Amino acid sequence: MRSSKRDRGSAATAGLLSLLIVILVVVTVYVFVARLWVAPPAITSVGHEIDHQYDLTLYVTGTVFILSQMGLAYAIFRFRDRGQRATYTHGNNAMEVIWTSATIILFVGLGLLGYKAWAEMRFTEAAPNAIQVEVTENQFVFNFRYAGPDGKFGKLDPKLISASTGNPLGLDPNDPAGKDDIVVPTLTVPVNHEVELLIRSQDVIHNFYVRELRLQQDAVPGLMIPMHFTADTIGRYEIVCTQLCGLAHYRMRSFLDVVSESDYQNFLKQQEQPAAGQ
Amino acid sequence: MPGTTATPDVELIHSDHGGTGGGSSGGNGQGGGGNEPSGRAAGVPQRTYVTGMTVGLGGILMFFMALVSAYIVRKGMPNSGWVPLPVFPRVLWLNTAILLASSVTLARSRKLFRAADEEGFRHWWGVTTILGLFFLVGQIIAWRQFAQAGVYMATNASSSFLYVFTVAHGLHLAGGVIALVSVLFRPTHRLTRSTATEVVSMYWHFMDGLWVFLFLLLILGR
Amino acid sequence: MSSHAHVVPHAPTGFVSKYIFSTDHKVIGIQYILLAMTAVFVGMILSLVMRFHLAWPNAHLPFIQGGIMTPEQYASLLTMHGTIMVFFVLTTAPQGGFGNYFLPIQIGAPDMAFPHLNMLSFWVTFLAFVAIIAAFFVPGGAPLSGWTGYAPLSGLGEVTGPGEGWGQTMWIVSIALFCLASLLGALNFIATTIDMRAPGMSLFRMPLTVWGWFVTAILGLLAFGVLLAGGVLLLLDRSAGTSFFIPAGTVVNDQLQPHSGGSPLLWQHLFWFFGHPEVYIAILPGMGVASHVLSTFSRKPVFGYRAMAGAICAIGFLGFMVWGHHMFVSGMSPYSGFAFSVLTMSIGVPSAIKTFNWLGTLWNGKIQFKSPMLFALGFVSLFVSGGLSGLFLAQPAIDNRLHATYYVVAHFHLVMGVAAIFGIFAATYFWFPKMFGRMMSEPLAKLHFWFTFIGAYLIFMPMHWLGIAGGIRRYADYTAVDFLKPLQNVHYFMTIAAFVTGAAQLFFLFNFFWSLKHGAKASKNPWNATTLEWSTDSPPPLDNFDGHYPSVYRGPYEFSRLDTVDDFTPQNIPPAEVKRNK
Repeated sequence: MRSSKRDRGSAATAGLLSLLIVILVVVTVYVFVARLWVAPPAITSVGHEIDHQYDLTLYVTGTVFILSQMGLAYAIFRFRDRGQRATYTHGNNAMEVIWTSATIILFVGLGLLGYKAWAEMRFTEAAPNAIQVEVTENQFVFNFRYAGPDGKFGKLDPKLISASTGNPLGLDPNDPAGKDDIVVPTLTVPVNHEVELLIRSQDVIHNFYVRELRLQQDAVPGLMIPMHFTADTIGRYEIVCTQLCGLAHYRMRSFLDVVSESDYQNFLKQQEQPAAGQ
Repeated sequence: MPGTTATPDVELIHSDHGGTGGGSSGGNGQGGGGNEPSGRAAGVPQRTYVTGMTVGLGGILMFFMALVSAYIVRKGMPNSGWVPLPVFPRVLWLNTAILLASSVTLARSRKLFRAADEEGFRHWWGVTTILGLFFLVGQIIAWRQFAQAGVYMATNASSSFLYVFTVAHGLHLAGGVIALVSVLFRPTHRLTRSTATEVVSMYWHFMDGLWVFLFLLLILGR
Repeated sequence: MSSHAHVVPHAPTGFVSKYIFSTDHKVIGIQYILLAMTAVFVGMILSLVMRFHLAWPNAHLPFIQGGIMTPEQYASLLTMHGTIMVFFVLTTAPQGGFGNYFLPIQIGAPDMAFPHLNMLSFWVTFLAFVAIIAAFFVPGGAPLSGWTGYAPLSGLGEVTGPGEGWGQTMWIVSIALFCLASLLGALNFIATTIDMRAPGMSLFRMPLTVWGWFVTAILGLLAFGVLLAGGVLLLLDRSAGTSFFIPAGTVVNDQLQPHSGGSPLLWQHLFWFFGHPEVYIAILPGMGVASHVLSTFSRKPVFGYRAMAGAICAIGFLGFMVWGHHMFVSGMSPYSGFAFSVLTMSIGVPSAIKTFNWLGTLWNGKIQFKSPMLFALGFVSLFVSGGLSGLFLAQPAIDNRLHATYYVVAHFHLVMGVAAIFGIFAATYFWFPKMFGRMMSEPLAKLHFWFTFIGAYLIFMPMHWLGIAGGIRRYADYTAVDFLKPLQNVHYFMTIAAFVTGAAQLFFLFNFFWSLKHGAKASKNPWNATTLEWSTDSPPPLDNFDGHYPSVYRGPYEFSRLDTVDDFTPQNIPPAEVKRNK
């Protein structure tokens, strides 16, 4: 047996690399524990559910992160070349079985636990009394349409779309159901009342994202995608587009106003005065 | 943490003994138990061309399967605006028959080749090539008939897929015709004639089968 | 099989046949590496310009028309950065470059199975690179629809933005050429691995690098054809008036587009069916290299070799069933979303197996901190950090929060970008002596490592936190949205870190070219390693083994055996010639 020449820089290099990894772990843990960067509080019950699943995932991955990085740092320092002899082994089948089953249970189990929040958000339909708002996106604006007092959306015709003449959605003037439709650039909804969004796009793929709703959904041309939520906190929240949609993607935004029931009724009254769509 | 216990020699499969040939293929033959480095021709084993063709056909299959899945998805969509092909030229049936016949003549040619009947091999190989050319001409006739009926690439999704399938297949088949011709006229260096005929037949039969599949798809989706 | 030795093919004599249109897999490998180095230089410059713009959106840039970058220029930069890095660096360098050079040698073959096809693969890749660079110079400039080229943005032509005309067409042409080249390359790799192995080189005696390249080639074979099909259909939508991806009633700028009935989601399915395996195409060779290097410099056999090979296969197999996790919020059925989620979580299992076995390889070893080893250790750390964030994104509920934020950018940059690049660096420092017959400077390499390792974390860790706070990706300017303004400081920090890390790459560049001429002469086996490439000259002769083709007598990682004098036992030494302890 020939022991190779001991590398004098070995301890310094090993020490520095281990130290860096330890610093990485400490700083990362600090950022999360001190909550330096966090999302704003959720304003829906599904949002809280999602945050709960997020926290659970954070604990699991955080533990794995700390253990494996610290294990790596330890191995780097402990087993540096000091003239010792490496152990000749090809592995250990029992350990393979243990860590394979452990990760299957941990990771797949975590995924299965995520079912609840996702199902609550996407597998259910909106209640029949939910307020329907149609969200139409195009380069680079949001338009929100309410059905008005008759509760019916008027017919749309893509041939009639003309943003320059004030008919951005292409409302058919001959359809009586469309006479009282309200088209506005921001979204106003009452607090604690379920809202159903019907998300669509006129040109390319856009997105509807409100951080506080924990809701993100692409707007796909050719599809009308329903989403529903019940906001529980009054306030003004930003709506942004998160799907690259062209040059002004970065400033495509709008606002979600969650208001009291009476303010919502006032909002509707105000909007109904001038008939929409000419 | 892992690996704390050392269990030397658990996997004795790695212990020293002579090699037993290259795994599944095993054709390299030489055990190599001796001390001398076992000799091996620098050339490529002939079966490698067969392996290469098999793998290549796998890639081609994925390309066509992607198109086919696009066809199925696109056709099944709500609001797909799918209009079935208004005409379906009879020549397509004839083309299909020609291509099937070419597979038969090719098989016959290969059989004669193995029987060392050079003349018979060349004859039937040539017939296959001509049938291949007939198929391509027949496809062009079919495209003209579609065009005369007002069915163009952009007419409807059904016609778009018709042209995509037939053109993509036609280009691949044209490549097959070139390969057939080159076997007849091009001298072979690395690849023996026997391997060349085998590899080209694999390709040809595959293209034949692929056409039948696409043809059925077009008929059923009509 | 008849002749011993003297079967060396005639060496090409002219410069062109020797270095340009060469059929020698080693020359082609180096050509790929040089192409990747050019591409990574372009890609990195693009990213630095982007980072500069994000920190100082209103600064004047002398090399840009008009002085201040426009949003469409920014979108073009991010598109081209992604495309160049993913295709021409992360796919080209580890597989086309190192795979081409070392796969035949490591299995004891004189060349690839189809040398002319190999040459064709490279030159088509080169053409694809020329096409993508040309996209900068066509009317309208480079495309701006991202490396994912989502239709209809990419399918409608100039109406949707500058660069969506000629630029986008060039992009599709480039990608289509790249697909063709990669298919030919994959075919060659697979046939070579199946049929060209030396006597005794059974599948379970192949180095894990070969396993990585082999499975990567299979992924490429199955994935690139699908992208090619998608590209053809997209090109037809743009130029032939078809409607594969564009639905009826599409109106841009009040203009009704002449399309009907297409499905935008169809493009996403075709793209991601390729796109997710592509992630593994980038990282699997790196995993192979990391395993190989960790074993060599721990002087210890790879812990759980069969589990490692199995994990590579499992990752490759599962990699084809998880593409839907890119589409949780795309409008795809939420039920399939959940199925994709569970499959995605399970791909974490083979990844974890690999990590545990890497730690097992180090455990009770005798770790020598040579530069390839440092990068391999860095690879493990980065892979763990980048991989774990995937467990968040794999869950559709959480994806509602994090989709399209910088969290995603951080995740894939760490796990498939930086980790894969660390794999490439480890491979370069490890094999440079074999490829060029000279050693690279160790002090410069170490300096390069420290800057890059620290820098990578300083750039990409804050990105996670930016994303958690809601920072959206692909925005040209973060001052237009109220809630993003307070995050601007993070952008300053990352930009400065990026510039320092970028500058540190000069250590590598200098080291590489300086060592070509002035490095210390390398012996046959400078690292005391065990695989076949170390049994031949540095650099290897034209047919790799000078007519003396090796036979293989044992597994690839026989280090520190108890019964041998040396602490390494090469694969090709017959048992009788191994020096034993008395």
